[in-house]
Amino acid sequence: MASRIADFGRYTHAIVRGIPASLAKEALRSCPSEVDVVQARREHEKYQEILRTTFGLEVVELPADESLPDCVFVEDAAVVCGDTALITRPGAESRRGETKAMKEALEALNMNVVEMTDENATLDGGDVLFTGQEFFVGLSKRTNQRGAEILADVFKDYAVSTVPVQQGLHLKSFCSMGGPGLILVGSSEPAQKALKIMQQMSDHRYDKLVVPDDLAANCIYVNLPDKGHMLLHSTAEMFPESLKVLEQLKDYTLIAASNKEKTKVDGALTCCSVLINKKANM
Amino acid sequence: MTTEVSSETEVKEKAEESAAQLDQPEKATEETQEEVITEGEEKEKEEKEKEKEEKEKEGKEGKGISKFLPTWLKKPKSQAQEAPPSEEAISAGQQEGEGPVPEVNGHTEEVEEKETVKSEQVKETEAESHSNASADTEPAKEESAEKSPERSQETKEEQVEEKEGKEGGLRGGGGGVEGQTSIFQSPLRLVRKAKMKLVVCQVALLDGTDFTCEVEKRAKGQYLFFKVCEHLNLLEKDYFGLTYKDNHEQKCWLDPMKEIKRQIRSNNWQFSFNVKFYPPDPSLLSEDITRYLLCLQLREDVATGRLPCSFVTHALLGSYTLQAEFGDYDPDQPRPLDYINQLNIAPSQNREMEEKIFELHKSHRGMTPAQADTQFLENAKKLSMYGVDLHPAKDSEGVDLMLGVCANGLLVYKDRLRINRFAWPKILKISYKRNNFYIKIRPGETEQFESTVGFKLQNHRSAKKLWKVCVENHSFYRLNAPEPPTKARFLTLGSKFRYSGRTQAQTRLASSLIDRPSPTFERTSSKRISRSVDGAPMISITDVERDTAENGREHRLDLHSDSKSFGASEVAPPQDHDKTQDEVLKHQASVSQLKRSFMEAPPASPPQSNQWEKRLTSSPATAVRFQQQQVINAPSAEAAAADCTSSDTKEPTKTADVEIEETIVVQEVSKATQPALVTVAVDSPAIPPAKQETREQEVKVQEEAVVPKEAATAKQESVSSESESEDEAEYHPNVSASTHMPEVKEEEEEEDKVEEDKMADENMSAPVVASLPVEITKAAEDVCKKEEESKREEGQGGVKRNAEKEMEVGRESEESTEEPMMTPEEVPNGVALAEDAVIGLVGHAEKQEPKMNGETLLVEPRPQVICCSEPPVVKTEMVTISDTFAAQKTEIATKEVPIVHTETKTITYEAAQLDGNGDGEPGVLMTAQTITSESLCTTTTTHITKTLKGGLSETRIEKRIVITGDCDIDHDQALAQAIKEAKEQHPDMSVTRVVVHKETELAEEED
Repeated sequence: MASRIADFGRYTHAIVRGIPASLAKEALRSCPSEVDVVQARREHEKYQEILRTTFGLEVVELPADESLPDCVFVEDAAVVCGDTALITRPGAESRRGETKAMKEALEALNMNVVEMTDENATLDGGDVLFTGQEFFVGLSKRTNQRGAEILADVFKDYAVSTVPVQQGLHLKSFCSMGGPGLILVGSSEPAQKALKIMQQMSDHRYDKLVVPDDLAANCIYVNLPDKGHMLLHSTAEMFPESLKVLEQLKDYTLIAASNKEKTKVDGALTCCSVLINKKANM
Repeated sequence: MTTEVSSETEVKEKAEESAAQLDQPEKATEETQEEVITEGEEKEKEEKEKEKEEKEKEGKEGKGISKFLPTWLKKPKSQAQEAPPSEEAISAGQQEGEGPVPEVNGHTEEVEEKETVKSEQVKETEAESHSNASADTEPAKEESAEKSPERSQETKEEQVEEKEGKEGGLRGGGGGVEGQTSIFQSPLRLVRKAKMKLVVCQVALLDGTDFTCEVEKRAKGQYLFFKVCEHLNLLEKDYFGLTYKDNHEQKCWLDPMKEIKRQIRSNNWQFSFNVKFYPPDPSLLSEDITRYLLCLQLREDVATGRLPCSFVTHALLGSYTLQAEFGDYDPDQPRPLDYINQLNIAPSQNREMEEKIFELHKSHRGMTPAQADTQFLENAKKLSMYGVDLHPAKDSEGVDLMLGVCANGLLVYKDRLRINRFAWPKILKISYKRNNFYIKIRPGETEQFESTVGFKLQNHRSAKKLWKVCVENHSFYRLNAPEPPTKARFLTLGSKFRYSGRTQAQTRLASSLIDRPSPTFERTSSKRISRSVDGAPMISITDVERDTAENGREHRLDLHSDSKSFGASEVAPPQDHDKTQDEVLKHQASVSQLKRSFMEAPPASPPQSNQWEKRLTSSPATAVRFQQQQVINAPSAEAAAADCTSSDTKEPTKTADVEIEETIVVQEVSKATQPALVTVAVDSPAIPPAKQETREQEVKVQEEAVVPKEAATAKQESVSSESESEDEAEYHPNVSASTHMPEVKEEEEEEDKVEEDKMADENMSAPVVASLPVEITKAAEDVCKKEEESKREEGQGGVKRNAEKEMEVGRESEESTEEPMMTPEEVPNGVALAEDAVIGLVGHAEKQEPKMNGETLLVEPRPQVICCSEPPVVKTEMVTISDTFAAQKTEIATKEVPIVHTETKTITYEAAQLDGNGDGEPGVLMTAQTITSESLCTTTTTHITKTLKGGLSETRIEKRIVITGDCDIDHDQALAQAIKEAKEQHPDMSVTRVVVHKETELAEEED
């Protein structure tokens, strides 16, 4: 805890999962779209490659499960902080099965695994924003108050504040951490409102970086001991204007990853992995 | 001090007494003043009840307070003063735990209560009554010792000495000017003189041991606290405090400025020493011993689950504890499972955790105990609940919540989730009313209006407790220096409680001056296991003394000021209840319309009709000292027996206090209209004993502020009889002049009419205005004469304040608070109000003068006179405010408009600008012009007149703004806006009067 901030963005492991063919037709999505599974898999390959080589993480890949079309979005199945992992209870009924493999993987990593068993609780990891100092939990279609309460109970060290998500699937559909004390956030009104709430609720001060596109605000920040600040973001092809904003970040290494196909099924960059810092667990 | 004392020229109702008192305060040390204050409160209470009866006495006895005291009390007092009471000690010893016995304040009160026959106090009263004879003598003696300075000038010095002796110990920690030396001696002295009965106190220390010491029964909390700190060799003591358990098993902070006995209300003299303010950054503490004590507190917090943390954190903190207590991990030694159990590291401590602890402990090798403590704190401070004081509450819909008070503000939790947060800077006002707790939120960037959020607490007690915690936390963490208690409130009922200690900023500064070798101290483990890491405990007296010396003075000052407020706030008269309840209901209905500064105060006695407390705050941006200024209004009385503090004896006293404070202050500096009053008030020397409280308060204030503006201004305070209730209180955490707006509180208001009269600076004489002063004068005179019509429907009080007071006001809130003066049935002139309730405030202040001249305003708010008359049945509320100095202020002068709960209220606030206007001659009308403009829900009528008066031409613009709307209207905002606009439009003119007339549909309110 003493080095929460210094440790922010430090990871050793990542858990990912393959893309089932069922993703194309059966995966949940907010608007109808045609998904090219092959292309999606190609993107996912690249994504994993970045985690593995650029970020130097040990990547644990869970096999895809055809019965779980959304299983690639592992983020929703677990919230990991320190050595504790909370296995969630996803808000979408069809996704509840995704947690099983996740749980096993986390246990295999010797994590302190806690399961959310309350049947009244729902929580998607995509609604959980951990800033390094506290949690914000979006109350969305997928996450309810009870789910947030359980999360607060599991991660007792941290303040857990709730933020209503008025638009978009998840809290992190329009924001993410861009570094220690830096929140990347979309420019839409709901996004800005949510940011305001977060700022009001927090005892800590956060800088914000507003990008024109909400989805472009979903990035993965990694702090490597030898390379410093790294930010995995969506490609310029997808969000050219937003990239210009991100390029203002000094001392950052920007890494683009195409996420086009997955976004069709509401998949953002953070959705596709669970990042773990095993060293912090001593 | 002397200057301060002298400066205090508050004459409440009885000017006669003033002379005697004046001398006293000067001589008296700060300590005495404190006592005086409390006594004054008592006296006041007594006065209320007995004024009628004892009027005769007053004449007989020249001594101020004594007048009001019953004859039987007086006699014993006088005797006691001269001859040290030997009997008392004995009797006191025999009568154990009985409130009435030797305690000065308590005793008198109790007696009175008996007479008045208050049901609540019956219990104690009985005991007391039995011992009446003895009680009389004893109390008298005691009283004499404490109160004598106030009452009798002759005995002042003697008494003072005695007091010092007694209390010196208490305050010694604080380091009174004179008290330092006497601190340690005091107990002995006491014994010698056998004046007070000693009580054994048990204080549970953080290391699990008990500290036992004797204190005199009427000792203040501070005394015990300093004794404990002395025992602990603790210098940075401002972070700590003593707690006791009230009758409801609730932990309460022992108020340092109040007598212990009155607070604990039982014979259970058991306390515990705890951290009161958790330093956000413990590494900034100066001494290891302070950090050690903080660690001990946190260990307890963690172990009990009060400070929740995760498994890993539990283990980590536990490992630091092991390192600090036992040193390096020793593989040869059998696992210290025994003591790890003793350490009680987590609520659910298990084998797994202990394993983890040992594992981590190994990694701390080489760490000194101090380093381990530091690491412990570095981790603990990051916990989200570190330093958060939780209070269960419900929202308006009855949902269970927890309100967390911390260094940064107020947190709202639902279960473990944080669902809202109000940082201190966002909070404009904190108040409570009965079991409701309200915070008024500064409007956001995009919002136009302030909003108020309300919570329901379990009961009135918890609401008040929460409020106090908020006041204290805000003061400690956010202010540079503690705020003086609000003294001049117009008929304000409620708690005037303020934080009395040093703020964090002050304590840090003091810490930086600590110059002693870091003291060695014994750690827990060494005590328990007899294995000492640090070595033998040492206490150096020298250090302690020094400490006290350093800190003491400031402390005292602060405390003093607060002390008054405490007393006042505690008791609430039953009468108010009804009203309050109604109000509460309404409040609940719409939280947003909560309270405003103006509240009705229920009449203390049935005959008296309604009185409102009203307070006007107009703030010049003058607060020099305090970054944030606060104003606290506490209105409402409550008869709730449950009140912890008040209960038995205190009620009468408290009531009295309330009255006094709430009374209004009339100030005039050199205004023609109020000459008579002025003269009287001008020199503090003529302060009536009865008004001791006020004086004291002022004195305190002065001390703190050390403002030398007293000079010409005189204060008079007349107190209208009302009872103080703790039901309500307000506190304004951050007030910025710009933000301030007059607040009018009505539960439901439909219309607000604001009239602003602007007068040319030079020519200020407006007939209307002039008339007001006259009225005021009358009131004051009445007061002086002490013709108190106890039956006056509305308390009358004319209060004159010194600049000092005003200063206070200014500091508190940048808004200047104006104290209203209640004149029964008098209607301020120039106010076309319904006759129901009229409150005229005339503010005379130096400020005004500067305005007149076009000079920049002084920091201090000017005194104002407020006249209120309340007709029995009123449905409308009118507030008239004339503010002269408003013009000078860049921002709106009046932030808060007095709030009247009655359905109909009229408040007139006038700036005392009138130069030579006393004549009140109308000028020759030159021109007149009327312009009307309308917008959505407002109609503005502008009436411009030019008159020729005494060779000076005066342009007068009257604006009449009618705002129509429902409850949603933020009247304060509207009024502020109106004033602001007016100023902007006519920058060369000043706002002399604001009349707010409110008509509320709902006539539900009682009275």
